[in-house]
Amino acid sequence: MISEILQTLPQVLVDGLALGAVYAVVAIGYTMVYGILEFINFAHGEIFMTGAFAGTAALLTLKSAGLLGAMPGWLAYLLAFVIAMLLTGILGIGIERVAYRPLRKAPKLISFISAVGISFLLQDIVRFIADLKTGNFIVTGITLYDSNLKVAASSLWSVFGDAFIKTNTIIVLAAAVVLMIGLDLFVNRTKWGVAMRAVAQDRDTASLMSINVNKVIALTFFIGSALGGGTGVLFAQQYGTIDPYIGFTLGMKAFTAAVLGGIGNIRGAMFGGILIGLIEMLASTNLGILTGGSFGAEYKDVMSFLILIVVLIFKPEGLFGKAIKEKV
Amino acid sequence: MSLLELHKVHAYYGAIEGLKGISLSVNEGEIVTLIGSNGAGKSSTLKSICGQVKIKGTIRFGGQDISTQPPHQTALDGIAHVPEGRRIFPRLTVKENLEMGAFSVKDRKIVKDRMERAFGYFPRLKERLGQLGGTMSGGEQQMLAIARALMMQPKILLLDEPSMGLAPIIVEQIFDIIQELNRTGMTVLLVEQNAYQALQIAHRGYVIQTGEIIMEDEARLLLQSEQVKEAYLA
Repeated sequence: MISEILQTLPQVLVDGLALGAVYAVVAIGYTMVYGILEFINFAHGEIFMTGAFAGTAALLTLKSAGLLGAMPGWLAYLLAFVIAMLLTGILGIGIERVAYRPLRKAPKLISFISAVGISFLLQDIVRFIADLKTGNFIVTGITLYDSNLKVAASSLWSVFGDAFIKTNTIIVLAAAVVLMIGLDLFVNRTKWGVAMRAVAQDRDTASLMSINVNKVIALTFFIGSALGGGTGVLFAQQYGTIDPYIGFTLGMKAFTAAVLGGIGNIRGAMFGGILIGLIEMLASTNLGILTGGSFGAEYKDVMSFLILIVVLIFKPEGLFGKAIKEKV
Repeated sequence: MSLLELHKVHAYYGAIEGLKGISLSVNEGEIVTLIGSNGAGKSSTLKSICGQVKIKGTIRFGGQDISTQPPHQTALDGIAHVPEGRRIFPRLTVKENLEMGAFSVKDRKIVKDRMERAFGYFPRLKERLGQLGGTMSGGEQQMLAIARALMMQPKILLLDEPSMGLAPIIVEQIFDIIQELNRTGMTVLLVEQNAYQALQIAHRGYVIQTGEIIMEDEARLLLQSEQVKEAYLA
């Protein structure tokens, strides 16, 4: 049993990290908005989905214009990525302006319902457009990098099996790392980043410092949504096929990751995402082995939520929850 | 002409009227104090000026009507508000807190100069630059709150109960600094429950009760007034 688990471990780690990176970047969007408005932007999963479609649409458009073959793959990838980020970033600002800002003083439940409404709206709009353009709302996009690399983990230690890494997995990991480091630098080192944290900690007082709170909130939505949308492109490239409902489950997991890391804490969200990704892959590969086939890979989600529940029982503020007691 | 002028200002918290038509003015170079007991409307007055509550009536600053301005605009105009309870950003460092005070300043050199000037008044902050605001003592937080407001290089400083919860010796230090700032030309509107200390450093004073101004006079005369003595100085 142990040898079986060990043998699959290299592959599990590779796939778990890639999935975790996707969760992590999407989780950042939840946690940023929560940090600043104390409200769960339930539509964030759908923004991720819209990004996946926007990137795919960009690639399909390039192809039908005959441009795709003429440019190097990385350029097309980058183009799809940037287009999706810009589009979803602007979408995020629009959603905040139309669906959340008018309700900011209302009870949080009202904004939540508004967010659920936006989710359905985005699903239906994307489904409508995809259906109209391709004849099917399940879209198989263009995979730019589909080669596999072999990681000879067995040569490190003979009990390991070899792992296969898609070239795209490396791109997913690299892009996620760049986005997370970039965001971390922005939030901690720039004036607008510090302002964002100031608004999250005390909105009224931030406004007394001549900080335009609405602008900071719009910026937060732009960044969080752009990160989600960009990740959508990575996801579409990684798994090939997308539909308008991929945002829901993935959003739930990413949200779980954000809570696990300590909601409102950006680094916590990154860590939580990676952790959930790894747990999920470990569970889906090994549950069957461990239970002699009684529980299979379909129980992988249970494991993520189980871990979440256990963590929350012992550390309700999440793994990286605010440790500092505020003086009154 | 007064620098800051409130004319028949009413403030509302939902259906509750926090201020019932108060009028007051602050001239350039003055320390004016607004005294009164808990819940009399002192903080509401400052919040009205900064656009943090819904009001009726007019507020003028430097001749300009600012009654309906959002708070960040009022701050840009040169009104610095040190709120009740100091409201330091607890998880920002001292340096970041100060930088937020100068948020509208683009030139980093000016920010640095202003920070140095603030350290002139509060040298202890310089040793604490990397510490998180929320981990400092009450007195240090009050100093940081005032320093943060000075970073805006405001035309007027609104101080809401700077003595609250502080040891007498720290209160004395802070009031000394307020006076010193005033000597260098800073106009101050000081809201205090600690009426005796406030009236000692102020030029003029207003007494507020249940949302209305019931007395106004020179500070030294208010200090001698039987009514004030009985109600606030006992």
